[in-house]
Amino acid sequence: MKELRLMKGNEALAEAAIRAGADAYFGYPITPQSEIIEYLMRENPVERTGMIVLQAESEVAAINMVYGAAGCGKRAMTSSSSPGMSLKQEGISYIAGAELPCVLVNVVRGGPGLGTIQPSQSDYFQAVKGGGHGDYKLIVLAPATVQESVDYVKLAFELAFKYRNPIMILSDGIIGQMMEKVELFEQQPRLTEAPEWATVGKKPGRDSVIVTSLQLQSEEQEKVNLRLQAKYREIEKNEVRYETHLCEDAEYLFAAFGSCARITRKAMEMAREKGIKVGLIRPQTLYPFPVDAINKLAGQVKGILTVEMNAGQMVEDVRLAVNGKTKVEHFGRFGGMIPSPDEILNALEQKIIGG
Amino acid sequence: MAENLIKPENLVYEKTKVLTDRVMHYCPGCGHGTAHRMLAEAIDELGLQGETIGVAPVGCSVLAYYYFDVDMTEAAHGRAPAVATGIKRVFPEKTVFTYQGDGDLAAIGTAETIHACNRGENILIVFINNGIYGMTGGQMAPTTLPGMKSSTSPRGRDVATMGNPLKITELIAQLPGTYFVTRQSVHTPGNARKTKRALKKALEYQKLNKGTCFVEIVANCPSGWKMTPVQSNKWMEENMFPFYPLGDIKVPE
Repeated sequence: MKELRLMKGNEALAEAAIRAGADAYFGYPITPQSEIIEYLMRENPVERTGMIVLQAESEVAAINMVYGAAGCGKRAMTSSSSPGMSLKQEGISYIAGAELPCVLVNVVRGGPGLGTIQPSQSDYFQAVKGGGHGDYKLIVLAPATVQESVDYVKLAFELAFKYRNPIMILSDGIIGQMMEKVELFEQQPRLTEAPEWATVGKKPGRDSVIVTSLQLQSEEQEKVNLRLQAKYREIEKNEVRYETHLCEDAEYLFAAFGSCARITRKAMEMAREKGIKVGLIRPQTLYPFPVDAINKLAGQVKGILTVEMNAGQMVEDVRLAVNGKTKVEHFGRFGGMIPSPDEILNALEQKIIGG
Repeated sequence: MAENLIKPENLVYEKTKVLTDRVMHYCPGCGHGTAHRMLAEAIDELGLQGETIGVAPVGCSVLAYYYFDVDMTEAAHGRAPAVATGIKRVFPEKTVFTYQGDGDLAAIGTAETIHACNRGENILIVFINNGIYGMTGGQMAPTTLPGMKSSTSPRGRDVATMGNPLKITELIAQLPGTYFVTRQSVHTPGNARKTKRALKKALEYQKLNKGTCFVEIVANCPSGWKMTPVQSNKWMEENMFPFYPLGDIKVPE
């Protein structure tokens, strides 16, 4: 039965992991996401579902524990915030290279470096452009509500196993820390059968299973890259998710994701009250990016303003999607600062309408 | 005639089925081949092939998964104990081992090594210590002896500027999480047999869930040391063993 609760974003996400039938969580505390591991330790899911939870000695160790468990065909996940996510990039690259499923959560805070513990969206590039070394992609889900944080955990595990690919939930300090009403999905069963690519112990009559991202022959490594690229094209075809608001008659367009899209929606309503016909597109998947939808809207509007809590990252993908059809500008606050609807409306008037 | 003697009933020894038929890439005289064989025979003799999951390192033995006929995962450099932790935590009933060199285990992976041992992960860590980075061409390792030459210590390891060799095996033996810690070698048939006994013990202990078992194998690296195999074994006895003495360091009470 579905259950309605008032929950903090991080805790709701942790509860969703248990309910999604996760087998293992490995993590290391970092603000503003430590409530995820704290909730899991308190909840002790090994008694509820058999899910194991382990606090690792570092983010590096945690992602490699995920790698080991994922190679066993289990539903494994980790979470962190920006500086910790940087540390995990090596392991993520290996997981992508070995084509294993796993779920990664980044509750983003401001950077660079140690930065700030306040919310930010400045890890967009790291999430959607690879992050670690080598040609690889994560599917990146960007929740804007506590509800979506919960629903995306279940979706992320489904996509991870569908494509044998790491999936990132790119949240931020606002969504992680705020409390909202949330409807929890029913407990999903844990996996009982291991996939044939999993290391479970060599069975008679089959070759040993080898989980690796190493190909010393260039010809073989190129084949791996081609296979990965074919998979990414498939993902681009099947998995684009986005929402639009008031785009039918829009003369201008906002593009924003995550928590920032909620503030932008308020700015959109204020603009409409002033008679400015502006709509909003909110990508829910940052990779694959809603290229076609944005390109189509670009033919209709006089300009697009991306609103981001960073110095201008998604704006580059919007410009690529628009391909010169219309003007694209960026407005952002960063370093942990959150834009106000007034500021956003003002930026629309200055940079797009008046610019 | 020799061919007349080659009959099944005359077999006194055969290659274990836990090693594949693939030709190993190791240099002539290198200790890895024998170390592989001892571990494979130990797994075979205990009947663990079908339930064993191994973790290969980065280093000369990066391709160990081609030679052990068990399910294996290739870890990032130094991360094998963390990968093995992930495997063992989701499959506590399986037999899990890592096979790592000195650079992997005692330099880049020091944190993972110490913390896996300190948590008492019920895994076997096989540590090949030859005091040099073999795969990358003979650079200084964390276990390179004082005064020992390598391509990054061409005038010999100067401990004042390059630091001291790390006796990580003695270090992890101090941790309450370790159950059985021993240092062996495979450079003579007698030593190879002792190594196999140690590995079998370690694999049997894993079933007790009492903590990490750690088997160091001091090995030669003829290519990295720029010696013939025979010279390298002699040099190892004269120089490595005084610094890394063979024998059990921690045994179950």
